[in-house]
Amino acid sequence: MNYFLESLAQMFGRAPSKPQPNELKVEVKEIYTEKRKHKLTKEELRAMEAAHERSSHRHKWRNRRWFTLIVVNLLFVVSYYFDVQLIEGALTASRVVGFHMADLNSALQVMLAYKHVVLNLLIGTVTVFLLWVLLGGRTFCSWVCPYHFVAEFAEKLHVKLADKKWIKPITFHRGIRTVFYVIFALLALVTGYTVFETLSPTGILSRALIYGPGLALVWVAFLLLFEIFVSRRAWCRYVCPIGLTYGLVGTISPIRVKYNVKDCHHEGDCRKVCEVPHVLDTTIRMRARDVNVPIGADCTRCGLCVDICPTDSLNFEFVGSKKLG
Amino acid sequence: MSTEKRGKRPLSPVRQEQNRREFIRTAILAGGTMIAALAGYIPLASGGVQRLRPPGALKDAQLDEHDFLSACIKCGQCVQVCPVEAIKLADLADGFGIGVPHIEARTQACDFSCDGLQCVLACPTGALTHSLNYPAETRMGFARLARPDSCLAIQGKGFKGQARGPDFTGTLRYEEVDRWNPIPVADHPYDLELCDLCMRQCPIEIRIAQCEAGTPPSGDPNQCPPRHAIVFESIGSGKAMMPVISDGCVGCGVCEMICPVNPTVIVIDIDRSADTVAAQGN
Repeated sequence: MNYFLESLAQMFGRAPSKPQPNELKVEVKEIYTEKRKHKLTKEELRAMEAAHERSSHRHKWRNRRWFTLIVVNLLFVVSYYFDVQLIEGALTASRVVGFHMADLNSALQVMLAYKHVVLNLLIGTVTVFLLWVLLGGRTFCSWVCPYHFVAEFAEKLHVKLADKKWIKPITFHRGIRTVFYVIFALLALVTGYTVFETLSPTGILSRALIYGPGLALVWVAFLLLFEIFVSRRAWCRYVCPIGLTYGLVGTISPIRVKYNVKDCHHEGDCRKVCEVPHVLDTTIRMRARDVNVPIGADCTRCGLCVDICPTDSLNFEFVGSKKLG
Repeated sequence: MSTEKRGKRPLSPVRQEQNRREFIRTAILAGGTMIAALAGYIPLASGGVQRLRPPGALKDAQLDEHDFLSACIKCGQCVQVCPVEAIKLADLADGFGIGVPHIEARTQACDFSCDGLQCVLACPTGALTHSLNYPAETRMGFARLARPDSCLAIQGKGFKGQARGPDFTGTLRYEEVDRWNPIPVADHPYDLELCDLCMRQCPIEIRIAQCEAGTPPSGDPNQCPPRHAIVFESIGSGKAMMPVISDGCVGCGVCEMICPVNPTVIVIDIDRSADTVAAQGN
């Protein structure tokens, strides 16, 4: 199975491909057969989950991530407030101790709309491209994007309401994100306006933090309400072209989550917390083609699955090196 | 790639219905998002949002700022470097112009107190064009005497006190006070026999005076403006004089900000510039 192509296909909206039994490696088949002999009872599974829930590293990656996200966004604010010129600008484009940085998607929209690329923008774009190739692509989403942060709380509320059956969650076809991507690119190209920036909660929130709040926050609030009452993580899952841009970068990144089938109980806790559960399709029984399976590039490397897995079957890896963390 | 055998099993009627509904839902999501996205054009449709832009903001020969909105990456680096904090970013009401910088001259004009056009240097995309090197080359707009009848100079009156009152928060750099730090206009009262604040504080006129005194800004003769921006002409026999805007005006807005009359006598037109005025010969 080609990791690169499967990653792209899933990212563009195709359902994960189910392996035929003959596609599974012999070792994996043996593991699955062995597991069938020693099935955990529901009570045993519950007990194990409960024990894991109490463990000290239960929120390790989430805490690291939130810390990073808050520090990065605060650096922008503090740097401007105290005029220390550490990070100037906003998430769309900035200068970090003098070095140009440009958000890949914002830069793309500007290049398509304006149809000229000045050197500084090119330098900023290449720098950020290399940075996120190294760090995992959609790592931007979960480790930096301020909208992702607030959407996580909206998501918690949504899941609670859905559990109590107070709302009826709605899903959409993931392929629509690819359609949006093309449409926003074409709109920029044809109209010459950076149409997406008007809607981007990432840009709106970043600017609101740095330059003060405004009317645009109403739009962000609307998105959050939609995600609370209608569709879980709708913006990130179905619309945001920033996520797709960084997802494409992530296909060639060495940092990703790796799944090991050996101890997995296939209870599916990881898929329940995941923003993009299709990437964890391989954790379903009989879906892993190999003993170790790298998780696809649409993964935001948020680490919620790593944190929640009671059997340590999911871990960050730096390809060619040992597991991280 | 996998050997998928989709064609082998036809979808159950239930599954087909689910797919159909998902498709409809998704189409509605797409439609809704597109409407929201294109709504950003509404503020631009009727001639656009009329705003004074920072120095170097891209404009074509007809002064259309389409390219400026395209090229701006909405990051606010220009905001951060401005010593007088003249630059603000637009909100959602500006539609596609969201996050794009502008200046409200009456509140805080650009007085070029950075000398080196810091906003232009900070701009990562060239939306504030890098082909601009000196304040005198700027074309933000063009000043106009909108209410000559209330002009103190035309009435032959002087002015004493704080130009915009004690509560005004705007700042200017007064070369004679502090070369490096702009101070509040409220902290710098005037006592003038004939009010000439618009000309007195005009950054172009200040530079011309410095150059004539042999001390150009930053010691750089290139900083010397080639033409006057505003001159005072005698009217009648008394001490009354009339401010006349000249083709060296760059439209920075300091005259609009400093004018002690309320509402201001002098305003910046953004649909004109020194170039268009020269081309039209008026």
